[in-house]
Amino acid sequence: MRYHTPTSFEDAAAIAAGASGKTRFLAGGTDVLVQMRAGMTTPDDLIDLKHIPGVADIVKLPDGGWRIGVAVSGIELGRHAALVADWPGVVEGMQLVGSTQVQGRATLAGNLCNGSPAADSVPGMIAAGAMVTVTGPKGSREIAVEDIPVGPGKTALQPGEIVSAITLPARGTHAGDAYLRFIPRTEMDIAVVGAAVSLRLEGDKIVEARVALGAVAPVVMLVEAAAKAIIGTTLDDAALEALAAAATAAAKPISDKRGTVEFRKDVVGVLARRAARIAYDRAKGAAK
Amino acid sequence: MSKIHVTSTVNGDPVEFLADPRESLLDCLRDHLELTGSKEGCGTGDCGACSVQMDGVLVCSCLVLGVEAQGKKIDTIEGMAVGTDLHPLQRKFIEHAALQCGFCTPGILVAAKALLDEQPDPTEEQVRYWLAGNLCRCTGYDKIIRAVMDAAAEMRGAN
Repeated sequence: MRYHTPTSFEDAAAIAAGASGKTRFLAGGTDVLVQMRAGMTTPDDLIDLKHIPGVADIVKLPDGGWRIGVAVSGIELGRHAALVADWPGVVEGMQLVGSTQVQGRATLAGNLCNGSPAADSVPGMIAAGAMVTVTGPKGSREIAVEDIPVGPGKTALQPGEIVSAITLPARGTHAGDAYLRFIPRTEMDIAVVGAAVSLRLEGDKIVEARVALGAVAPVVMLVEAAAKAIIGTTLDDAALEALAAAATAAAKPISDKRGTVEFRKDVVGVLARRAARIAYDRAKGAAK
Repeated sequence: MSKIHVTSTVNGDPVEFLADPRESLLDCLRDHLELTGSKEGCGTGDCGACSVQMDGVLVCSCLVLGVEAQGKKIDTIEGMAVGTDLHPLQRKFIEHAALQCGFCTPGILVAAKALLDEQPDPTEEQVRYWLAGNLCRCTGYDKIIRAVMDAAAEMRGAN
């Protein structure tokens, strides 16, 4: 295994594009090292992205959005008060990944590119309307987060392409987001179901919403029908019921050791409802 | 497979070693630097027995490559006592009998120290969540939590 420490994403992409064997990119390593250890993958070329300037930075953009480097850990996200104030749902999703130790290393970009349908940070990013910059041999392009995963463990990235940054849009006013997951324990587990909601209010009425569901399909899903169920409402009981029904209808889960189809379809409605309630309260400026 | 020369600072001392790029930091600490206090329980970041601090951040050293330690500051269990003076956490673990086989203990001590460094007055709930990534298969966790709370109280009193 060759270990590379490029100092630009262009160089990293060029190394990957020129490699003949198996290539892996290394950011936090909390998935890659586990896969190497388990013998699931032995890269011929391991490309460490942490020597690239800016990868550990969280930058406020002129339009009010945020650019998050691919090596920013969960702990660093959680310590960034201004980012947490803007996007609490995104940050709380990331902070559910693994233990304190894993939080010291794990990244949004890695959680996304690992391609798990149960990835806890991904529904929040999709609900937020986050974009990723993908850099490859032919240059860079912007892709919506929901277009990155294409199946369990599979992404839309082509050989030689890397996620080089994550961009959260400007939060603006009267808006909030939230992520909830169900696990049978309190900590250190993989989502059985996850749900994220981001919304914006005018007065008491929801004027924008995005709903993303995790672990109930081969990829994390953006569910427009669920968003439509609450847009134009004040999130009254009827709207919450419609939201839950839309989430349940959209879910296409499997039964496995962590949950059955019936359980997941039911719980995804419950979590969507609760997450919407929290996002609504946050948009209203309530503490939680 | 060519090895890579790595220099870093471990427990305040400059060190250098030759790492196969596939080797974890844990492998390098144990096999090249003979610091065998950090343990390998699972090797996949689930058990926390290999916990160390890297540039002040608590990590599983099994989930860090040795070559990533280049230029980094690593703190392990071996650096916790000052000479023969045990750290208050170490003393309290003995007083409370917060260990049985002891395999998980170095990782828990390192993790608990990282918590108290940034939160000197944690609630029991905060301690339990913080240590959720440190598994003990012998004693249960109650004595461990009590030892950490007691050490925290003593350290607050001492400051």
